Amino acid sequence: MSTNQSLRIFTRALASNETADAPTTTVKMRVTNLNFYYGAFRAVADVSLDVPDRRITAIIGSSGCGKSTLLRTLNRMGDLVPNARVEGDVLLDDESIYAPNVDVVDVRRRVGMVFQRPNPFPKSIYDNVTFGPRLLGVNHRADLDAIVEKSLRAAALWDEVKEKLHESGFALSGGQQQRLCIARALAVEPEVVLMDEPASALDPIATYKIEELMHQLRDEYTIVIVTHNMQQAARASDFTAFMNMNAQRAGTLVEFGPTKEIFTNPHQKETEDYITGRFG
Amino acid sequence: MSQAMSLRASRTRYALRKFINTLMLSLTGLATLFAIIPLVWIVVYITREGGRYLSVDFFTQLPTPVGVPGGGIVNSLVGSLIVVGIACLIAIPISLVAALYVADHPTTPLGVLVRFSTDVLSGVPTIVVGMFAYALVVLPQRHFSALAGSVALAVIMVPPVLRTTEEMLKLVPRNLREGSLALGASNWKTSLQVLLPAALNGIVTGVMLGIARVAGETAPMIFTAFGNPFFNTDLSQPIATLPQTIFVYAISPYQDWHAKAWATAFVLIAAVLGLNIAARLLTWWRTRRLRLA
Repeated sequence: MSTNQSLRIFTRALASNETADAPTTTVKMRVTNLNFYYGAFRAVADVSLDVPDRRITAIIGSSGCGKSTLLRTLNRMGDLVPNARVEGDVLLDDESIYAPNVDVVDVRRRVGMVFQRPNPFPKSIYDNVTFGPRLLGVNHRADLDAIVEKSLRAAALWDEVKEKLHESGFALSGGQQQRLCIARALAVEPEVVLMDEPASALDPIATYKIEELMHQLRDEYTIVIVTHNMQQAARASDFTAFMNMNAQRAGTLVEFGPTKEIFTNPHQKETEDYITGRFG
Repeated sequence: MSQAMSLRASRTRYALRKFINTLMLSLTGLATLFAIIPLVWIVVYITREGGRYLSVDFFTQLPTPVGVPGGGIVNSLVGSLIVVGIACLIAIPISLVAALYVADHPTTPLGVLVRFSTDVLSGVPTIVVGMFAYALVVLPQRHFSALAGSVALAVIMVPPVLRTTEEMLKLVPRNLREGSLALGASNWKTSLQVLLPAALNGIVTGVMLGIARVAGETAPMIFTAFGNPFFNTDLSQPIATLPQTIFVYAISPYQDWHAKAWATAFVLIAAVLGLNIAARLLTWWRTRRLRLA
């Protein structure tokens, strides 16, 4: 496929993305000179990135290039890996989330996460959504009821499950489970939602619903999504970060900018090779 | 031509393969049969020997002296319930909490130590555990007691329950744990509210196996609960238990006590079997409700 042909495909995808002309925005999260080590191995090398407020930022790149690792540093999920180490800093509203006095629990409440595979808890739909709020001390039935309805509506799931809130979350289809997990994340009113390939385990229709949902959420939430699917990044995001492995197999940020620019007029040769399928 | 020959050759090979397959299948079937024969035999034999002595009185009356007809095992029945119940109260919380730790930190020095020592402990003969409880509880108290029996059983119960729980917790998908942590749950809330419920079916099975195992322990009872021909619910006093009663009746020279030993054995086996079936039903019902399977 020639470069021009591929670019035309993305242009079509971009055309359906009305928000591609992203106006100047404020910075919600700022990653500065971030290095992430698994033991002695450096998985992410020297990444600096500004995540714009109330926009969708996509991180694309080949497998193993550190996309998910980078994403997980944004809510300190990377801390869970034994022997992992972070250098550099991540700021949320200009405050470091790695400062010694910072409560991880608070960071994770403000920066929610949706995983690659839907992971509802083995509980009812209702209990899945209220899990987070209950942790924060919300116990009144009426409050919880309101949170459940609000979150499920925000995740575009309410109409499908309102009759069976007390049935198991496992009884839902894969796409519904993923939207339940989004509702669960939204229930604690996060400011940022991280999505780690949220549609890769779903069929095209469920994928479409998730993308549509991201679009609705964009007014209220800052979204960072890792995806393998470049068309998805072109369709659904305002900004795109392209990552690639350097010679030491560490993930580096090659290029970051408005999605339209990355896909139609990439500045780096590596980016152009990747989005046109000529890489490696 | 050559193709036809090779086909014919393969047909003979096919017959051989089929024969070997049938042979192996029969062997595995036979081995399975041999494995369940002892169980069926024991259940049938004990039901036949013990079943005919059963009556309502057997469950409600105290034992009678030799030669006096009638009498029951109500003291042993209640005694076993108390001793095993208290043992559960001691052993289950310890096992679950320790298992949560070990499953979460398998490579820390403490985690390795706990796993290693439970393995060693599960290999210790139960009569030695009985002597341990004797030294720990009976000697300071200066008399045998139900509590000493419970301590002995609790020590025996911890290893199987801990290890089963640990294995079941390890089977819980990692992304469930991450999902909970990503919502801002602390480690222990995640363990308590997500991991334990997710692994509950397997844990219940492990606890049931643990109970079934200790309910039949005889040797440690001799040093601890000791036995008691009278009705007792006082934890600090000696108490009768089913296995120990079977032991006393079975080694006696009296015909009617032998019969009582069979009947008591039947009650013990039925109770353990009933407990297992109840646990299976419970987990089956829960699995269906939550659609875990």
